[in-house]
Amino acid sequence: MSLAVQLGIIVGYLILALLIGVAAYRLTDRTAEDYYLASRTLGTVVLLFTTFATLLSAFTFFAGPNTAYREGPEWILVMGVMDGVIFAVLWYLVGYKQWLVGREHGYLTLGEMLGDRFGSDRLRGLVAGISLFWLFPYVMLQQMGAGTALTALTNGAVPYWAGAGLITVFMIVYVVLAGMRGVAWTDTLQGAFMLVTVWAALFWILAVADGPSAATADLVGVAPEFTALGGDFYTPAFVVTQAVSIAFGVAMFPQVNQRFFVARSRTVLKRTFALWPVLVLALFVPAFMLGAWARGLGIEAAPGANVLPLLLAEYTPVWFGALVIAGAVAAMMSSSDSMLLSGSSYFTRDIYRPFINPEATERREDLLGRAGVVVFATGAFLASLLRPGTLLEIGATAFGGFAQLALPVIVALYWTGTTRAGITAGIAGSQAFYLASVFLPFVPTAYGGWGASLFGMALGLALTLGVSWLTTSAPGERRAIYFEFAD
Amino acid sequence: MVSTYERYAWGLVFVVLVVFAVPWFLWGDARVIRGLPVWLWWHVGWMGLASLAFWLFSRRAWGLWIEGTT
Repeated sequence: MSLAVQLGIIVGYLILALLIGVAAYRLTDRTAEDYYLASRTLGTVVLLFTTFATLLSAFTFFAGPNTAYREGPEWILVMGVMDGVIFAVLWYLVGYKQWLVGREHGYLTLGEMLGDRFGSDRLRGLVAGISLFWLFPYVMLQQMGAGTALTALTNGAVPYWAGAGLITVFMIVYVVLAGMRGVAWTDTLQGAFMLVTVWAALFWILAVADGPSAATADLVGVAPEFTALGGDFYTPAFVVTQAVSIAFGVAMFPQVNQRFFVARSRTVLKRTFALWPVLVLALFVPAFMLGAWARGLGIEAAPGANVLPLLLAEYTPVWFGALVIAGAVAAMMSSSDSMLLSGSSYFTRDIYRPFINPEATERREDLLGRAGVVVFATGAFLASLLRPGTLLEIGATAFGGFAQLALPVIVALYWTGTTRAGITAGIAGSQAFYLASVFLPFVPTAYGGWGASLFGMALGLALTLGVSWLTTSAPGERRAIYFEFAD
Repeated sequence: MVSTYERYAWGLVFVVLVVFAVPWFLWGDARVIRGLPVWLWWHVGWMGLASLAFWLFSRRAWGLWIEGTT
């Protein structure tokens, strides 16, 4: 009986999202700009929620509470600083600038914007290739998150592969059909749904636990160090490394970066900029405190298990737990569908068209983009069956990889003296360094507690500035292009 | 466009917002007020303040460092 209720709620939710996708599909033209960017028409609420829902993923919804449960609630602070403040500042410095430049020249992707400025298809392909490389583990992370969530919720009645597979199939159908408009609309629904369910869960659990004071007292009884700021896990170096590399990484994530191009107007960007910290607060505080309080409430989560579903299963009725898990699955889907869509645009526009078939028709590009979604999602699904590493590890690694792109791009956006050789050296050098730290056992992943991603970022900055300073601009570079706006 | 003074002032505001988003001076502090750690209350207040500052910036100085800087 309870299994039927659980599956009914989750499948019902998926179908509702699909209906929205179909509605959006009916409005979508068959052009790349409309499919990938909804013709640059998103308003405040939709842009805010689609970016927000895109940011929130399995990483936030499960890895966040898990981390708070195991190591203490300071994770709220790390994510708050990074999403609420540093990312907001980048939203302005990178986002607004890219919006102006993108509107002026009609860019759809980061690679396109850079390739045009530096007169280099190779640079364009390099940026797209790097982005797709780091996107893959992050899509995989969502599938792993969904798989483990559904298994935990149903006590194993739905096996891991079936949960991950269900979400994969759904996402493919969805993205292939709906494009950016559909993705943004469902994200709005999903973002709102997540906020409501997480607060409802908070009130429910606190009612059971006799309020926050009692819940925290229980927590202190079990883990007295949890209320103190900092500790063996949360060192200042750790906090800074995570906050900086995640925030800069987020700004270079294809699905987030591409959203810099889609605002309808300046006003939309201004409002979203100011609302950002409040929205972050409204979601992370309840979600992560639930994880920490679960520890005091005696929830036993084995390593690798997700705390939130266990907590809900213990203290709330079946239907409610299913509803919150539907919200979490929504978070993963709204991240993944956006990632697949952006990944597909990076592939078709920055790799396929310049290098494989410059003569491709719009129709062919359209078909290929959709086929790419299927291949990419299926590949990530197969890799997710191997379950490499924990959610936090995989997520942090992917963020670090994207973070390496940020500083060379920012330098290029603001300094006309940047040269093709400079930005190429900055991007390639920092990626090589970071890849070595992730994959080569003899290259350290941290130096005195400071993560390798920070050193990679510094290296990328130094190389971009230094090599640009030593070289002159190559033929075909358009140095002033980021500084010429119509108004 | 805003004055030169304000250009620097906004830069400073952004830096301060980022740096003190983590209450470093409360490091190791384990006090709890109304069920939440003191540092979490700081975080709640700080995010509110950041939101207010961003809103003011968007009203007064939007475009600073970006528009008209050729």
